[in-house]
Amino acid sequence: MAVGKSVGRVDAYEKVTGRALYTEDMAPQGALVARVVRATIANGRVKGFDLAAALGVPGVVKIVTCFDVPEIDFPTAGHPWSTDTGHQDIADRRLLNRRVRVYGDDIAAIIAEDMVAASRAARLIRVEYEEYPPFTAIEQALDEHVTRLHDFAPGNVLKATEYRFGEGTFEAACEGSVVLTKDYRVQTVQHCHLELPVSFAYMEKGRVVVVSSTQIPHIVRRVVGQALGIPWGKVRVIKPYIGGGFGNKQDVLYEPLNAFLTMRVGGRPVRLELTREETMASTRVRHAMNLTIASAARPDGKLVGRKLVGYSNQGGYASHGHAIISNTASGFRHLYESQVIEARVSTVYTNIAAGGAMRGYGIPQIIFALESHMDDLALRLHMDPLALRRMNAMRPGYRDPGTGITALSSGLMACLDKGERHIRWAEKRKAYANQTGDVRRGVGMAMFSYKTGVHPISLEMASCRMLLNEDGSMQLQVGATEIGQGADTVLTQMAAESTGIPMEQVHIVSVQDTDVSPFDFGAYASRQTYVTGMAVKRTGAIFRQKILSYAAKMLDCPAEKLSLADGRVLDADGNVLLPLEALATEAVYSLKHAATHITAEASYQCEDNTFSFGCCFAEIEVDIPVGKLRVVDIINVHDSGVLINPKLAEAQVHGGMSMGLGYGLSEQLLYSEKGMPLNDNLLDYKLPTAMDTPELTVSFVETVDPTGPFGNKALGEPPAIPVAPAVRNALLHATGVAVDSLPLTPQKLVEHFMDAGLIDP
Amino acid sequence: MKIIRVNVNGRDMEVAVDERESLADTLRERLRLTSVKKGCEVGECGACTVLVDGRAIDSCIYLAVWAEGRRVLTVEGITGPGGELSPIQQAFVEEAAIQCGFCTPGLIMTAVEIVGTGRRYTRDELRKLIAGHLCRCTGYQNILNAMERVAGVAQRVGGE
Amino acid sequence: MYDIGKIHLARSVRDAIAALSADPGAHVVCGGSDVLIKIREGKLAGCSLVSINGLKELAGVALEEDGTIVIGPATTFADVTRSPIIARHAPALGGAVDQAGGPQLRNVGTIGGNLCNGATSADSAATLLTLNARLTITGPDGRRETALEAFYEGPGRVRLAHGELLTAIRIERRDYEGFGGHYIKYAQRNAMDIATLGCAVHVRLSEDKRAVEQYRLAFGVAAPTPVRCRGVEARVNGRPLTEKTLERIGEWALEEVTPRTSWRASREFRVQLVKTLSRRATERAILNAGGAAI
Repeated sequence: MAVGKSVGRVDAYEKVTGRALYTEDMAPQGALVARVVRATIANGRVKGFDLAAALGVPGVVKIVTCFDVPEIDFPTAGHPWSTDTGHQDIADRRLLNRRVRVYGDDIAAIIAEDMVAASRAARLIRVEYEEYPPFTAIEQALDEHVTRLHDFAPGNVLKATEYRFGEGTFEAACEGSVVLTKDYRVQTVQHCHLELPVSFAYMEKGRVVVVSSTQIPHIVRRVVGQALGIPWGKVRVIKPYIGGGFGNKQDVLYEPLNAFLTMRVGGRPVRLELTREETMASTRVRHAMNLTIASAARPDGKLVGRKLVGYSNQGGYASHGHAIISNTASGFRHLYESQVIEARVSTVYTNIAAGGAMRGYGIPQIIFALESHMDDLALRLHMDPLALRRMNAMRPGYRDPGTGITALSSGLMACLDKGERHIRWAEKRKAYANQTGDVRRGVGMAMFSYKTGVHPISLEMASCRMLLNEDGSMQLQVGATEIGQGADTVLTQMAAESTGIPMEQVHIVSVQDTDVSPFDFGAYASRQTYVTGMAVKRTGAIFRQKILSYAAKMLDCPAEKLSLADGRVLDADGNVLLPLEALATEAVYSLKHAATHITAEASYQCEDNTFSFGCCFAEIEVDIPVGKLRVVDIINVHDSGVLINPKLAEAQVHGGMSMGLGYGLSEQLLYSEKGMPLNDNLLDYKLPTAMDTPELTVSFVETVDPTGPFGNKALGEPPAIPVAPAVRNALLHATGVAVDSLPLTPQKLVEHFMDAGLIDP
Repeated sequence: MKIIRVNVNGRDMEVAVDERESLADTLRERLRLTSVKKGCEVGECGACTVLVDGRAIDSCIYLAVWAEGRRVLTVEGITGPGGELSPIQQAFVEEAAIQCGFCTPGLIMTAVEIVGTGRRYTRDELRKLIAGHLCRCTGYQNILNAMERVAGVAQRVGGE
Repeated sequence: MYDIGKIHLARSVRDAIAALSADPGAHVVCGGSDVLIKIREGKLAGCSLVSINGLKELAGVALEEDGTIVIGPATTFADVTRSPIIARHAPALGGAVDQAGGPQLRNVGTIGGNLCNGATSADSAATLLTLNARLTITGPDGRRETALEAFYEGPGRVRLAHGELLTAIRIERRDYEGFGGHYIKYAQRNAMDIATLGCAVHVRLSEDKRAVEQYRLAFGVAAPTPVRCRGVEARVNGRPLTEKTLERIGEWALEEVTPRTSWRASREFRVQLVKTLSRRATERAILNAGGAAI
């Protein structure tokens, strides 16, 4: 069995020796460099440029401005393209923009021999703007006096949607109930993958080739074609190893501009690498949201009505747009059951960086609000927060009225049990109930549910190809991408499992090349083990069948009586009849039977979805006078179905917990009133270091999901989701102070403690 | 351009460098030692960490001309002549301390410095010693486990 | 690649001073962790540099015959912390610079650079102030000496004329002997951060360890430059070690600091830190001076 084993990563050797090649490592020597010229206002219009001085800088090859690019608006979201025009992603930006909507907006590009020349030229370019007052907050965007950022979005509302399910109305459910209504706010954060967005592009045989650090090579190919107005087949995208993505690279970033620039210099290689500052200010961010939650509960804690009103800060461009807060709203619906539930959510444009996909896709936002709210409600009801959750949580077999997604497997209750035992919940809830003094402790928890992949909201499809080598080993080709999460390793395990060829004989092709790799939408939505995994499983079955058919010819016996295991053809009794190596050599070079290259390829359209679950339990200690919160103990427990590789799964959870801690405690992208980013670097943006990270404990509840290829379901994103509210609820337990916005920075805590009388002013 | 004499990964060499370039530029662009990664260019992420005379430094904020007469070590220099992994690299593999791999070479070089002291360290000391590296994938947990294997005290310290 | 106009690699202090004198626009670079970043930001793009990186005559910690500690300004943070002289006589200073940035930065960043860039957040500054550090400055016309306290001119500005180099940081025996010290760096992260507030204390107790003989308190980021609190010191000197004394220190300190609001932290928050940390740093310094917990 290859599935379920903690085998080592297939790319480990390359990565510890520094031999793994990332995009920038492959850039041809002597490639020109491109530097984007960025707006120094957040809202306005470019009226003109004075390029004379910049063009005179030695080493500058060409300067392209927003007046030189095709008049084509294009979308950037890493979604499957919808052939239904009503469901297509919003096309609201150009290669370079005349209308400035973000401080740092792309208004021109310099191509130069080296970066020093490009930077000198950039400093010498004079830009004339027409300026409008910038706005960075949701409330400001909705003010009727501010400018409209996009003509098609009156009031700067990109989109607003609502739903109501169940019996009656929320207002009716409030009658005779305990009702709690509260506002929660979550901040703008950034992915902070270690490898910056980088690409290089050149032309070959009349086509444009883009090598890029992306999660979604096939989608990049389509968008480059759309943005440049050229046939999609004229574009080739290559994705090498990438240094993390977390959703930022599930968006088409600068690949179209890079392709355009190489075309403007006759196809010479042009490299376009962003700086960290540009990455934080001008790529994508996790949406800030204002979320108002109202709950109506019976005095015994049973929820009868639930309501959400939410606003999402989209920034200047649509990117994934309303899809994110739509997912926020559906995440709100799933976790708890009640008679009636309603939500109204809106996405509004502002002058900050565009919100896009980021690990958890709108769910960390709602789980912070919802799980904070559940503790606030428990306090109101004088109930234990864990008991309140158990009473109302989604039951196995739950069917979502909006999407039809059904809880076909659920380990949620078992996850809660494990977390409760680890943290010694009852004992510590009691022990920390009535503390005094400057330093106090508390325990808190939060839970979540999460979908697997994007069906039925969006199309789900993946493909796989297997090729038999003469020695009985195989090449495994997928369009799904390794982005650090371990996809190459687990897909290799699945291929071994489904073919009977040992893992060491499965050679996965790690680089995706749209000229060669079978089609796949890429790494997002925790979909690859589920959707691509099924494509691998199905391709494996075909491949195995073809091998056995050939064996049947060679052995002159019916294929049904044969099987393939551990690289050998066996009979029904398990006797070895033929090593695969002999078969593979014979197949290609046969003088007796038809010589053939045994290959298999299959596409799989996934029309399933399933919920994965989990929770976080945390114990914290807070130093009240200085607002310092320290996590003393923390555990995430996950039901992600069957684990394909437990060791890698655990590692994946560690990373998510760390990201959740950053979200909860320290990370936030700040803007000045003028819309200028204040902390677009890794010194001022507080990503946790090793000294800010506690020991991380991980546990699993393995259910067997009937729809997963091997009983598995979503794992990649969920670990980041429940951490922030668990810590927030632990702080509430320690101090009695409910902080309803993230992050829980020391200054914010001190302000709250002063208000609560815990610190003398 | 200026010729500098420097020992890189055990080999004495003369390298023609632009006086304006960082050591990271020289190692990556001129010597093709691409294990040296650039993640911020201002000494905040640690991805470009190499050893200069045995000390871990961020090679992005270190001028190549300063390396004159010094010994520079990168991950390429600790892998055996037949491609054998050093115990530190092996520990990273076995502890699943690698995900996207971008911070990995730099962290391994810091581990080389730590192991080179010959001392044993507690887990908290190790946390401080690797705090000049940012990692977004691992939460540092398995990296610390790997470090502990090669430089840790026999008994794991603390639950925090 | 940095946008450096030209760079002179100095071979000696004298060579560096000559090169600086010859080029009125030149900047001194030592460890690089500050100057190179400013070049990349564009603030110093195209500038000319005089590099004193690796100058042996400026590095290292020594003890003179009269007990004066002499720290070469090009000594890295890591080497200050590792110095047995510092560990024995001024451990609070070794501890303070051990909190600057992260390990790689501490292997290149120098204590002299930390002072000469004039930052109020410099991790070495507050502690050196409480050690009455004196600076030797060498210029084309010879040497002069100044108290560190008088070196600071304003935010990011120090009294160093063009052509002058900081060539030694000196701490006299009477300023460290018998003292216990402590530095608290308060930052949002526990590493790789700049101080939201820094608080340093050095204290010498009476022979019976029950009263304060000499008390020294300094802050970083509580004013435009690192600042000594002479008024608090005068009020504390000679007092018995009591809860009452400790209680008042934070309040008194507020009379001498002028923290401001920036996007990084509000004035009110910094005031709260001044109050709390001055007490906490004092308590630890007392323990380090051989006193008992109060």
